[in-house]
Amino acid sequence: MELIQLAVPVLLKGLWMTLTLTAISVAIGFNLGLGLALMRGSENPWVSGFARGYSTAFRGTPLLVQIFLIYYGLGQIKFIHDTPVLWWIVSEGSRCAVLALALNTAAYTSEILRGGLVAVPVGLVEAAKACGMSRMVRFRRIEFPLAIRQALPAYGNELVLMVKGTSLASTITVLEITGYAKRLMSQTFAIFEVFAIAGVLYLILNLALIGAIRLVERRLMRHTQPAAQSLAADAVQAV
Amino acid sequence: MEFGLLQVWEGGWIGAILRGAAVTIAVGVASMIFGLIIGTICGLIKWRAVFGLSQLVDLYTSVIRGVPELLIIYLLFFGSVEFVTKIATAFGFAELADAGYAFFITVAAISAISGAYSTEVIRGALAAIPKGHIEAAVALGLPSRRIFARIIAPQMLRIAFPGINNVWQTTIKDTALVSVVGLQELMRTAFIGAGSTRNPLIFYAIAAIVYLMITLISQVGFNKVEAVLSPRKAS
Repeated sequence: MELIQLAVPVLLKGLWMTLTLTAISVAIGFNLGLGLALMRGSENPWVSGFARGYSTAFRGTPLLVQIFLIYYGLGQIKFIHDTPVLWWIVSEGSRCAVLALALNTAAYTSEILRGGLVAVPVGLVEAAKACGMSRMVRFRRIEFPLAIRQALPAYGNELVLMVKGTSLASTITVLEITGYAKRLMSQTFAIFEVFAIAGVLYLILNLALIGAIRLVERRLMRHTQPAAQSLAADAVQAV
Repeated sequence: MEFGLLQVWEGGWIGAILRGAAVTIAVGVASMIFGLIIGTICGLIKWRAVFGLSQLVDLYTSVIRGVPELLIIYLLFFGSVEFVTKIATAFGFAELADAGYAFFITVAAISAISGAYSTEVIRGALAAIPKGHIEAAVALGLPSRRIFARIIAPQMLRIAFPGINNVWQTTIKDTALVSVVGLQELMRTAFIGAGSTRNPLIFYAIAAIVYLMITLISQVGFNKVEAVLSPRKAS
């Protein structure tokens, strides 16, 4: 009981850090990933080749190596050391973690979104062209909404992986849930209990994320749900 | 040689890194084999919906897949270190325990993780086998062991193969995490090299390249096997 009183507030403090790391790196990573997914479809072999190489490199190496390379390695390069903005990022653990996580998730996100973009039926794009939509409008109104619908379940999995990925930030001095949990384990020796509390926090977080994604998915797919429609119709009739 | 390539060469680090890579591959392969054994057993339990056991398997896979790998590794290492050394010293194997212990616990931790992912892959593959095939085999009066060996297992393997490939890629990357608890694998070697030469950039870059080579080469192998397994394509 005492342990719970000791551990829960500390781990909740870590939860805030975990959430912040996830939110910022997902926000950056999604946009980078979208850009990379579009680059993959480019006709210029250099552009699509770069996107493919990027994705191979980041998906083929462990996230831990990427984090260490950024945190310990990049400071050695003189150019980065001398540029204030870059040095500001590289000189602190949590900013390095965000950078590594964002670059990492961008690679996975680009694969997921590309899968969605490839699955958009050609006829719909052609119809949009025939209607005289510009490339930008076509992407915004036709291709992106359809692609995101297709990609959403896989992207939900990627979000869960990101939440779990933030635990690696604890190896470069960032105190999030895992970082605090490790500290508590070595202070109290109540290894299993601390693991259980930290684990429950992660599970709740991940379940909430999956639930949120399901809700968004249901909203985006609401045209495929006759049951819900008839329910709405019933409601209208009742009124 | 501003980033210390010469230092890596002269300090004999190439050999150390290759040894570390060998340990990484050994841990990866051993964990993958145990993970597949766990995955096959748990996958069958989930597929057959064995009451009681199936709920336990659900608990196992959702905890492992929802909690960071690093936290699981901390639990297994810190949770067992005292216990194991006590037992080993009591029986007079203190030194032996030190040497083999890290490897053993590492394989246990990574197997538990890859087993949870394999379970889902294998359950999915089993569910994708057409019911009629199994019913036909039952109708022919084949004994259930032979139904498994001739009908279920081959189809399961073929359907599950791409998923198993994914699990392998994650498993080999997960082995990097055990470096934080001290097993001398690739990542740990890079860490020690980076510390003692003060050239982290080159060491982590080398580690990244070695990991990339491992994943790319195994990808080629998996693609070859997948081509062999895919049905009726050759003729």
